[in-house]
Amino acid sequence: MFWQQLINGIALGSTYALIALGYTMVYGIIQLINFAHGEIYMVGAFAALVFVMIFKMNIFLAMVLAMAVCLLMGVVIEFIAYRPLRRSSRLSALISAIGVSTFLSTLVLLIFGADAKGFPDHVFPVVQIHIGSAEISSLQLLIIGISALLMLSLEFIVHHTKIGKAMRATSQDYTTAALMGVNVNLVISFTFALGSALAAAGGVLVGIYFNAVSFNMGLMAGLKAFAAAVLGGIGSIPGAMLGGVLLGVVEVLGVAAGYSSYRDAIAFAILVGVLMFKPTGLLGQKIQKKV
Amino acid sequence: MIGEYLENLVNLVDAYYLQIFVNIGIAIILALGLNLVTGVTGQLSLGHAAFMSIGAFTGGILTIKLGMPFSVNLISSGLMAAFFGVLIGFPILRLSGDYLAIATLGFAEILKVILLNLDITNRALGLSVPLPNTPIPLPIYVWLTVLLVIAAMILIQNSRFGRALRAIREDEIAAETMGINTTLYKIQAFAIGAFTAGLGGCLYAHFIAYINPSDFGFSKSVDILNMVVLGGLGSIPGSVLGASLLTAAPEFLRFMERYRMLVYGALLVFLMIFRPNGLLGGVSVRQLVCKALGIKPRPRQSLSTDSNMEGRRVK
Amino acid sequence: MPLLTMERVSVRFGGLVAVNQLDLEVRQGEILALIGPNGAGKSTVFNLITGIYRPTEGTIRFREEMINDKQPHDIAMRGISRTFQTIHLFNELSVFENVLIGAHTQGKSGLFGALGGFLPAKRREERSLASLARECLELVQLDSKTEELAKNLSYGEQRRLEIARALAVKPSLLLLDEPAAGMNPQEKKELMELIRQIQASGISILMVEHDMKFVMGLSDRIVVLDYGAKIAEGLPEEVRFNPAVIEAYLGKGVSGQC
Ligand SMILES: Nc1ncnc2c1ncn2[C@@H]1O[C@H](COP(=O)(O)OP(=O)(O)OP(=O)(O)O)[C@@H](O)[C@H]1O
Ligand SMILES: [Mg+2]
Repeated sequence: MFWQQLINGIALGSTYALIALGYTMVYGIIQLINFAHGEIYMVGAFAALVFVMIFKMNIFLAMVLAMAVCLLMGVVIEFIAYRPLRRSSRLSALISAIGVSTFLSTLVLLIFGADAKGFPDHVFPVVQIHIGSAEISSLQLLIIGISALLMLSLEFIVHHTKIGKAMRATSQDYTTAALMGVNVNLVISFTFALGSALAAAGGVLVGIYFNAVSFNMGLMAGLKAFAAAVLGGIGSIPGAMLGGVLLGVVEVLGVAAGYSSYRDAIAFAILVGVLMFKPTGLLGQKIQKKV
Repeated sequence: MIGEYLENLVNLVDAYYLQIFVNIGIAIILALGLNLVTGVTGQLSLGHAAFMSIGAFTGGILTIKLGMPFSVNLISSGLMAAFFGVLIGFPILRLSGDYLAIATLGFAEILKVILLNLDITNRALGLSVPLPNTPIPLPIYVWLTVLLVIAAMILIQNSRFGRALRAIREDEIAAETMGINTTLYKIQAFAIGAFTAGLGGCLYAHFIAYINPSDFGFSKSVDILNMVVLGGLGSIPGSVLGASLLTAAPEFLRFMERYRMLVYGALLVFLMIFRPNGLLGGVSVRQLVCKALGIKPRPRQSLSTDSNMEGRRVK
Repeated sequence: MPLLTMERVSVRFGGLVAVNQLDLEVRQGEILALIGPNGAGKSTVFNLITGIYRPTEGTIRFREEMINDKQPHDIAMRGISRTFQTIHLFNELSVFENVLIGAHTQGKSGLFGALGGFLPAKRREERSLASLARECLELVQLDSKTEELAKNLSYGEQRRLEIARALAVKPSLLLLDEPAAGMNPQEKKELMELIRQIQASGISILMVEHDMKFVMGLSDRIVVLDYGAKIAEGLPEEVRFNPAVIEAYLGKGVSGQC
């Protein structure tokens, strides 16, 4: 029983982690909570749905294309809604982000309606695999596998490529990086691109997993993923992964323990608890503000 | 006797317009409260609707269970919301900027989930709220409250207390070094914001006659934020204008009904980029009035009474 | 009895010891200058005294009372105020309001006072704060700019506004962090005059400044800091020729203009 829930939790948590990475990377670099990030995840799910249903594409191809769509969208959003505000206060940027989020979810509502949509049943063959007393479905394996693969690629990009190095430099010290000749605009666009693509993958996986895609799925998932990012320590990439998986596990265990109607509150209780008692999260670093 | 007279007076107004007027009044109360927290003190709250829900349910339940006189009921609702404001504010107001925003949102969502699970709030079914126990018609109550809240906000903004709040918005560290207990002042601002939201919620509950915890979610909070931002953060006339415009617009612009949230979203982005001070930010209403009346504004004394009526740029 | 005493105060940021076992005394009525190369820890000392940072060890006393664990606002209420090296004005507020906020310590009315703002007692309090603010502005010669927004002032004016704001706190100890930075010689001369005037009114001053002419001309005593530790202390003429001081400055490529 416990092992079963643990597996379910890890599968769910991996998708939180995928979204949380986008929050944490963007925050690490420009200290903005990209409120629209959850909507990007939602749009990713819808994009894949359209590719599968209308263009009859294979789910994997649909997922890659959905990632590409969201990658572009992330870059465009940053360009339109955040870049002009880079010199303004953080409050302005945050409000702008909330605006983008509201805009996107309403747009999708107007296009696709309020009902949840599902992927066709045959989109990915589901078989149950028994491990001891627990069982894991091929779908859960897929989710965990793809998430792990994407996160490893991200680690590789961040640590072993030139642009990754520039990203790390910029998040360490924005001004100095700019002075040292790092193309900060490019780095920021790239960060949005990466984060949005990962969120899209998360959206597609969740869409298949719960067989439900709806215009308002982004808000809650986004907030939970943000909670995961905070739990792991905002700005920290391994932290986001750890926080996502932990949050997923805790949520699933909480529901299994009979608190299903409090499901959404669990993530927020963790969020608020972490903010209050250890704002740096599990793996974040403490920074004392210089005066 | 007086009640009957007022009732007749209210009945003179077309029911449809009356309803819009009342909604505008409630929106103004909510917007002014958030304006104090976010516009004046600079603490972004994304959970204002949660305090509204506390007021709404407190008011509704008091009327249902106890049939309390409405004026007592109204104040109790405000106090209950303020109590929660302090309770929540105390731990989270130490957080800065976006962390605070997220924490308010988190608390609001937790509260919503709790209300959805309580018997006394009738869980997800929501509550039907009977007519309030008062001879005075509700629209009069709403607008009296609006006037009182406006007066209170003007007094607050022109006081040592209000100055301290603006100092916190502008530079928290400098405010502290000037002897301002920033935590205490932020909690107080938060409590007043919650109090007014509670008033608004109670009035709303009795006017709409049916409340459900889901009505007070994130999008309601964003609605209110929109009003404040549109009018100009920190500006009292701005909040009044923003609340009136955004409440009335969907009624008069048919297309707005369907595309309301779409427009709101785009509006927030647009305003932040092109007019971060909102419609009335940086506009001195006193000077405008003087100009319109063709009189020369009195030269500003140093102890100006309305220097803070002007919206300030977001810090 | 000294006004302010720091005893073996240290503060660490991670591995960096920014202030190291510092003993420091500010005496009643004096102008004490705190000098040292860039990064020596001077501003950190200010942040320790005003409660923005907490010492890792040691004690800080103000008028005999321990203030180590007091909040910055408590410390301001007790009579210590300061200016900042990087200007921290309330940018979007008027010059006058900036100083009025400085006068916060001199008022009492809070939230309920605000709601009774029309009462005579409250109006009287507002008037007295306003006249205090006006006095401070006159002292720094900004009384002609009361309605300007702080952000629209010139750099030198902003520095003076910070001083006016700090004076409105009615401090007995005033901390000035590089008050002359960015000023031209004429402005510096006026500033020296102003600081003397402030001292004459009975306020003790602790000042960080890189301009040696300014420091030598103004201070009663000097404390020299290097790598967070005190390397010299004494009268201006003693410190000027102290080999350790010359070494500290020259070794780092003369950051002050001595
Ligand atoms: N909050 C902080 N976190 C980490 N390091 C800090 C912090 N504040 C100061 N420091 C470090 O402590 C050292 C002393 O800094 P401080 O600002 O006190 O120097 P200073 O003597 O005022 O120099 P300057 O003349 O350049 O103003 C520096 O190395 C600085 O980087
Ligand atoms: Mg310094």
